[in-house]
Amino acid sequence: MNVSTILKETENGLFPPSKIMLDLKDLKKVYPTPKGDYVVLENLNLQILKEEFITIIGHSGCGKTTMLSMIAGLNEISGGNIAVLGKHIKGPGPDRGVIFQSPSLMPWMTSLQNVLLGVKQVFPHATKSQRNDIAKYYLQKVGLENAFYKKASELSQGMQQRVGIARAFAIKPKVLLLDEPFGMLDSLTRGELQDILIEIWNKEKITAVMITHDVDEAIFLADRVVMMTSGPRAKIGSILNVDFERPRTRKTVLEHTNYYDYRKQLIDFLEH
Amino acid sequence: MAQDIVLKENKKSMVFLKPITTIFKGKLSKEKWLLSAKKTGITLASVLLFLILWHFGSQALYNKEANYKINKTLKEQGAAAAEAERACIYSGENNCQPNTLPSPLQVWQSLQLLIADHYVIKADKKAFEEKMFATNEALAAKGKKKITYTGRPSFIDIVLTSIKTVFAGFLLALLIAVPIGIVIGLSPFLKSAFNWFIQIFKPVSPVVWYLLVFMIVKTLYIGNSSDNSFVISFISVGLCAMWATLVNTAMGVASVDKDYINVAKVLKLGTFQKIFKIILPSSLPLIFTGLRITLSVAWMVLIAIELLAQSPGLGLFVWEEFQNGANDSNSKIIVAMFVIGIIGFLLDRIMLSVQQMVSFNKNEAI
Repeated sequence: MNVSTILKETENGLFPPSKIMLDLKDLKKVYPTPKGDYVVLENLNLQILKEEFITIIGHSGCGKTTMLSMIAGLNEISGGNIAVLGKHIKGPGPDRGVIFQSPSLMPWMTSLQNVLLGVKQVFPHATKSQRNDIAKYYLQKVGLENAFYKKASELSQGMQQRVGIARAFAIKPKVLLLDEPFGMLDSLTRGELQDILIEIWNKEKITAVMITHDVDEAIFLADRVVMMTSGPRAKIGSILNVDFERPRTRKTVLEHTNYYDYRKQLIDFLEH
Repeated sequence: MAQDIVLKENKKSMVFLKPITTIFKGKLSKEKWLLSAKKTGITLASVLLFLILWHFGSQALYNKEANYKINKTLKEQGAAAAEAERACIYSGENNCQPNTLPSPLQVWQSLQLLIADHYVIKADKKAFEEKMFATNEALAAKGKKKITYTGRPSFIDIVLTSIKTVFAGFLLALLIAVPIGIVIGLSPFLKSAFNWFIQIFKPVSPVVWYLLVFMIVKTLYIGNSSDNSFVISFISVGLCAMWATLVNTAMGVASVDKDYINVAKVLKLGTFQKIFKIILPSSLPLIFTGLRITLSVAWMVLIAIELLAQSPGLGLFVWEEFQNGANDSNSKIIVAMFVIGIIGFLLDRIMLSVQQMVSFNKNEAI
């Protein structure tokens, strides 16, 4: 049973537990300020299926990034809980890979070394050449076969983000978290990287949660688009099921009869 | 792309040799030749202007001093003695020259004298060693101490002593300041524990540092007749100069980009790996900025400390020449001044090149 059938067959919003990868339950985030507590997120509930691609849109400052970094374990949870495969998370871990908005590569390392940094942690018993093979495999996947030994500081922004993608996939996470990874790129490069991302994702079949500001990107990549209400006390406003066949191409998606309907729903939500 | 390659080459070659290396590589186009010729021309012109001002300035001072001397003799000893004084001064005789700022020419002559003197002393030393060779062998066979040359050091020896002292002090500063800086930077707790110490001792003057080190080393050397001036001076130099490195290292370590720390957390790097793979490399540029300041401070305080410690370096040389008051003492002091300045400049350039080599961000090094 693949993701789209589960989504279609589930009507009351309760997924079969064995199919759930990530479960956010009554999630709450409070920042104490001198003027009293500031509640960013409250009563946030979301279940994400195995092998599902979720995109999250919402206004700037509504708490999308806070939510994502809580899932990553980089931000304390004030209330409720987050479970990966039924187990509550405590802090960050290699089961959740992150691609940050800025590539965040170590500029003094080569692209290979940057990818190896994580691979060493996840495969401590692999030999050096095995680790190299893993890192090189993913760098090839993102089209950097000619840049293994280039310093990260010598790469363009787009190429750096490719390394970021390779680094995240190379640690074989169960969940991939992406915080507006293409926000800083020009639209051409962005399109290229979307294609690369979706291609690897198709192969690896891991769960992905991605924040984006780009409505087209959100529809093109996602099985479901999650719309968050504006903060404070942000929660899930509405969820849009995107029922397109996979693998998708940009052309078929744009020509699909439902496309403009989906797009209108998202824009209507954002404009209110 | 071509520009990138040039950029990389510049980064790797020693920066202060850049103008020379580019000339040798024949990379300059005609316009660039003209531009660099212009720049060189302006530099030479300003050097010339400086020398001219210096020359006339020193002449004016010389005349003022000479006139004062002649008038004084006139008042105290009468016209005949004054006339004799005037004749003596303008004949250029050594024992009645006015004591004032030397002219560029005199300084140049002193420099040559000092270098010639070096070869005399060197030959002397060699002759002495040859003469004592057999005796020393015999002494060594008996397990006794060799007889070494104890004549005065030449100017070159003095410069070398100073450089040796400054490097020993710099090394000491590095070995103390970098590890402590890292530890302080990593732990806010230790930072507050150490902070009072840094704030209080950072502004202490070189002279006081010297006195402190002297108190301690003197006691440690009790019963040991060997010369401890070198030890005292390099430790004082190191302690004086290490603060810039300490503060910069702590700051570099404490202010590592939050993104890098997040990456380390997500990848679950261990503490050891986090420090050596991420925190240290990313704070290297700041550490080297600190080391560069440390080296230039070390060179600056060295002169004062050598003077106090009676260590046979440039500081002592300058002071002794001043006390000496011989005819060419003033010009020797000026020679020392230029040597100090030029060596300081070279040390700074070397550190700058190293700093730019370790810096991963091209715009960062200044």
